[in-house]
Amino acid sequence: MALIQGRFLDNIGRVYGIYTGGFIAFIILMAILEQLGVGADTIGILFVAFTIAIYALIGWLSRTMEVDAYYVAGRQVPAVYNGMATAADWMSGASFVALAGGIYFGGYGYMAFIVGWTGGYVLVNSLMAPYLRKFGCYTVPDYIGTRYGGNLARFCAVVVLVVASFTYVTAQINATGTIAARALHIPFSVGVWFGLLGILLCSMLGGMRAVTWTQVAQYIVLIIAYLVPVIWMSNVQGFGIIPHFTYGEAASTLSQFEAEYGLNPPAEAIAGLSVLMTPHTGPVGEYAEWKFVTLALSMMAGTASLPHILMRYFTTPSVRSARRSVAWSLLFIFLLYFTAPALATLTKLQLLDPSLPTAIIGKSFEEVASLAWIQNWSSVGFLAITDQNGDGILQLNEFFMRPDIVVLATPEIAGLPYVISGLVAAGGMAAAMSTADGLLLAIANALSHDLYYKMIDPKADTSVRLIVARILLICIGALGALIASLQLTGILGAVAWAFCFACSGLFFPLTLGVWWKRANRQGAIAGMAIGFLSGSLYLYLVNDWDGAGAAYPIMAPWIGLDNLRFGIVGMAASLVSMVVVTLMTPAPDEEIQRMVEDTRVPVGPPILAAKH
Amino acid sequence: MSAESTDVRDRYWQKTRNLTILVLALWAFFALIIPTLVGTLNDVTFLGFPLGFYMIAQGSLIAFVVLIWFQNWRQDAIDDEFGFGEEE
Repeated sequence: MALIQGRFLDNIGRVYGIYTGGFIAFIILMAILEQLGVGADTIGILFVAFTIAIYALIGWLSRTMEVDAYYVAGRQVPAVYNGMATAADWMSGASFVALAGGIYFGGYGYMAFIVGWTGGYVLVNSLMAPYLRKFGCYTVPDYIGTRYGGNLARFCAVVVLVVASFTYVTAQINATGTIAARALHIPFSVGVWFGLLGILLCSMLGGMRAVTWTQVAQYIVLIIAYLVPVIWMSNVQGFGIIPHFTYGEAASTLSQFEAEYGLNPPAEAIAGLSVLMTPHTGPVGEYAEWKFVTLALSMMAGTASLPHILMRYFTTPSVRSARRSVAWSLLFIFLLYFTAPALATLTKLQLLDPSLPTAIIGKSFEEVASLAWIQNWSSVGFLAITDQNGDGILQLNEFFMRPDIVVLATPEIAGLPYVISGLVAAGGMAAAMSTADGLLLAIANALSHDLYYKMIDPKADTSVRLIVARILLICIGALGALIASLQLTGILGAVAWAFCFACSGLFFPLTLGVWWKRANRQGAIAGMAIGFLSGSLYLYLVNDWDGAGAAYPIMAPWIGLDNLRFGIVGMAASLVSMVVVTLMTPAPDEEIQRMVEDTRVPVGPPILAAKH
Repeated sequence: MSAESTDVRDRYWQKTRNLTILVLALWAFFALIIPTLVGTLNDVTFLGFPLGFYMIAQGSLIAFVVLIWFQNWRQDAIDDEFGFGEEE
């Protein structure tokens, strides 16, 4: 196996080059089949089935029985590839499917996600990744447990990790189920289990090693699937060859149309569907700027605390390559995130601008109702047009749409061939699967390594540890799929919560562990427990549990800090309690202080032995 | 650990810390200050975009990417200066 591994790493560029070429050839083949008259359903099935088969094959080839390979991919992933894997790990079904739609309907306020989910990497790079890599841990609680000492600190970190990641993974399994159900024409409840099967095929046999190499493959699919439709649409509609730098006019023009059509609430709302009521480019309403900044800050601190991201940087060969790989990660993520606003702007303009053939607002009802894409999406209840003022003309506040179909519907609005829709489905699947894999592995590894091996049975031998890890992986995946099949949460709400849980409990204990030598065990435990509990309590109080929207059942949020921003409250509580408790209790002993000093220097042996 | 090596480590850490503070200050500017000024900045046009919208859709993102590459370039230089650069 060592021989094959060596050869694979030497040829990695060629392997993924051939893979990318093969995928492009597959897209062309599908386009030819479409021209030959093969049905849209068959093409959708082929896209999803073919890509999942490839991921499963990579998962099988990367199987391992070594602890080091299972937990940290043998610590030999080159920086660029780790960057791609992190980008796939990072960009979830929500980023892929919901982000552009969110900007379409939410405008300025929603773009806090874009700033937050990219700016967070600056925190990862400057505060966390290189130091955690030097430490040489397998999991994030492994770091907390060793730096602060004691099983209680380790246990607190495990709890925060499990809650944050599990909230997130349910949303991802939900997304794989939705896409599988649509592409393969199976019921959602079956689609969820099918999605889980695909996810487990990638991770179970090879742990981190298998997940790493499938995530690289998934990144390639998802970025092609996101960029191709946008660039194609832009060329078809005459917005420029690369729209990213030329859609400024479009963004400026939108405010004209907003004024012309009026951003009014509908006469009669339709549950689950939205009409456009928010201006595209600027802040509006009470606390708009404050809400932007607090949401962005929660997402950024959450990025730097989410264990499935941090543990990706444990897989690089050195501290320097860990840093380099953060830089690559952000670059790869940036490619998608700076495309999303372009997509949202251009799609909106296509619907609003009467000089474009795709425009629907201001047209007569019969004309709009006869469009194929309107009929397709209305028939499944994701879109609606109703003549509420009875003038026979479609007004802006008479066009209802589910925000998360914007990305999926754009190729159809622009009249692109079906092969593009199939590609987008495969991309969404890749995005959701890769994130789900990273999260499931983070949870299962924390439970198997930190809870089982470090706390329950420290004498367990390697094969038992790895079998326990795999059994946990299956159980947690099944639990996630079960909850997803009950459809308890919307895709994006759960994602923002995961970030807030993570930053409430882990941000300060992780950061101060490196940057404040004086930080001690009692302080860290207080920081994790009080931060996490007060954040969760605040969420419980301000969240609109029955989904009615207007009234808050228990208390109104403080100064606009609603259920997406409870991380701000949690982090403040965490910081204060950690500092106060640390200063009230004795400084950590000499050995711990020396450990912190060693963590700060890139050279020298890792703090934890290579195999522990 | 000898007194000299402790001294080297202290100076190394001081430089690393200063670089980190600089990076975080720039980060705060693009991540936290700019978004609060979007309304005002939108009066200016940049490449055809309202400037405020441009910043949160692209400008700040580009700044983050550049910032990380800048930090790594400077940090590598600091590592090498103190002989803490690793063999690749």
